[in-house]
Amino acid sequence: MNAFLVVFLKEVRENLRDRRTVLNTLLTGPLFAPFIFVLLINTVVTQEIEKAEKPLPLPVVGAQYAPNLIAALKQQNVDVQPAPADAERAVREQDADVVLRIGADFATYWNKGEPAQVEIIYDASQRYASGQAGRLRALLEQYSERTGALRLLARGLSPRILNSLSLAERDQSTPQSRASQLFSMLPYFFILGGFVGGMALAIDTTSGERERQSLEPLLANPVPRWQILGGKLAATTMFALTSVLLSVLAFAVVGRFLPTGKIGMTLEIGPHFVVCTMAVMLPLTALLANLQTLVAAFAKSYREAQTYVSLLMFVPAVPSMMFSFVPIKTQAWMYAVPLLSQQVIITRLLRGDFVPATGFALCVACTLAALAFAYAAATLIYRSERLAISA
Amino acid sequence: MIVVESLRKTFGAVVAVDDVTFSARDGEITGLLGPNGAGKTTTLRCLYTLMQPDSGVVTVDGIDAARDPLGVRRQLGVLPDARGLYKRLSARENIAYFGRLHGLDEATIRARSDAMIGALDMADIAERRTEGFSQGQRVKTAIARALIHDPNNVILDEPTNGLDVMATRAMRQFLKQLKSEGRCVLFSSHIMQEVAALCDRIVVIARGRVVADATPDALRAQTGEANLEDAFVKLIGSEEGLAA
Repeated sequence: MNAFLVVFLKEVRENLRDRRTVLNTLLTGPLFAPFIFVLLINTVVTQEIEKAEKPLPLPVVGAQYAPNLIAALKQQNVDVQPAPADAERAVREQDADVVLRIGADFATYWNKGEPAQVEIIYDASQRYASGQAGRLRALLEQYSERTGALRLLARGLSPRILNSLSLAERDQSTPQSRASQLFSMLPYFFILGGFVGGMALAIDTTSGERERQSLEPLLANPVPRWQILGGKLAATTMFALTSVLLSVLAFAVVGRFLPTGKIGMTLEIGPHFVVCTMAVMLPLTALLANLQTLVAAFAKSYREAQTYVSLLMFVPAVPSMMFSFVPIKTQAWMYAVPLLSQQVIITRLLRGDFVPATGFALCVACTLAALAFAYAAATLIYRSERLAISA
Repeated sequence: MIVVESLRKTFGAVVAVDDVTFSARDGEITGLLGPNGAGKTTTLRCLYTLMQPDSGVVTVDGIDAARDPLGVRRQLGVLPDARGLYKRLSARENIAYFGRLHGLDEATIRARSDAMIGALDMADIAERRTEGFSQGQRVKTAIARALIHDPNNVILDEPTNGLDVMATRAMRQFLKQLKSEGRCVLFSSHIMQEVAALCDRIVVIARGRVVADATPDALRAQTGEANLEDAFVKLIGSEEGLAA
């Protein structure tokens, strides 16, 4: 049997016997992210639905000055409540999301046909409250327009002269593309799954083995070091890949149970998505496993290796962050950058956008090239004399 | 047969091994004796090609270590200073792993494992996972896996380190058995009595150099000391680092 295969099988067997590794690789890594996702999305969706359906609770200061306005608001599903002692303070301390204040001189201005002031008191830094304030603003503007139109009619003018433009919006988003905004972190979770899945083995098979004093006897066997390294890398990649696959499948299952349909979004994770995603993730996972091993082999101790490898975990987060904060148009060159290309392709697949075959080919080819480079670097470290000898 | 000629190895400015020459013959036990830090481990590491010497030649059964390191390692059974086991594998699985790395087939591995387990008297622990093994049980397992391919040459770095009296006696017995099978046995030690009790030939190393290479009797004659320990102290020129 080839030494490469011998090392691979032994590492797989030994690590399958480690309950903690198995738990991290096959359970925590791939399933943690989908779990968080379900919680997150459920909260968001429930909030959206609540916002639309639930009555808007609204403490009003000076309700007695504008009984008609209050009656109109009540008709629009607003739950008018008694005024707090100090409106600004109530909002600042989040006792109320929005407070409406009507001045004592409201009726005077109203009767003269001049704009009568009402104040919306809210805290724009509170996401939910600012949504509620928007809802109230829309209701007030509606009311203002309606009475304005009536006033024009009373003076014998058509309310239509107020509208010089006739606006029609044609939204080009699809339920899938709207969902992709919400799911922009998904590619990162896949990459993270691979990272967590490979971490234990990358450290265990290098600095772990050295610290347990078993690397020197291993290297005394008549086997080239690149074959030993190759077997260890293959085992690490295998674990990481299993983790990624489980993560993708978990999302595929979870996607069906998310109540996203209620807010006009769909998350489509079908066989096509799974196959394409795994195809671009395969070389990337091997590359990440290689980098982890490289970093772990470089470290002087197990502890140091853990620190370095954990820090490495932030690298794949960079393109994901970029994408969630700054909308970036897909450029052809992006398919040539490992990590970024996977991010772009998975995001496009999620949105239901077309991914060109050349994009796939470029992504896989360039990631494989990076892999070859990382493997060469790891071999170099493995060839050094100091590698085998623990301090 | 292991032959070392003018071996030199430096780490930066530190000269660990400086012009070491000796040979270990088949059917003999050769002891590499020296105080701590004399360069014994570095010398042995150059022999099993873990390290590359700056200069000098190492041959094992006529194979040049610089030209064919894999060929040399194939001829060697090595018990390094580091003797960690895989704790989630049983003793037998630990041994079989090294057998497979040597390219042995499963039937041979089975037969050789049984032979080693018998010879080292470790049948009671063979199927147990090595986690929690005593020092003696660990050394036995490490030796069994090092000799799984039935090598003609055996290198052991301080094999009795950390062993109790009974285990040490068993180890000596085992080394004598290897010798009687016609193998070339080379081991390092800093313990005088051990070397005196076992070796056909003693190579004394101090500060990276060979200061004596002779039979125990010749060594006594050479230094004029009747007691081997006194002879040793005289040879290395100090009492520093000498554990008896």
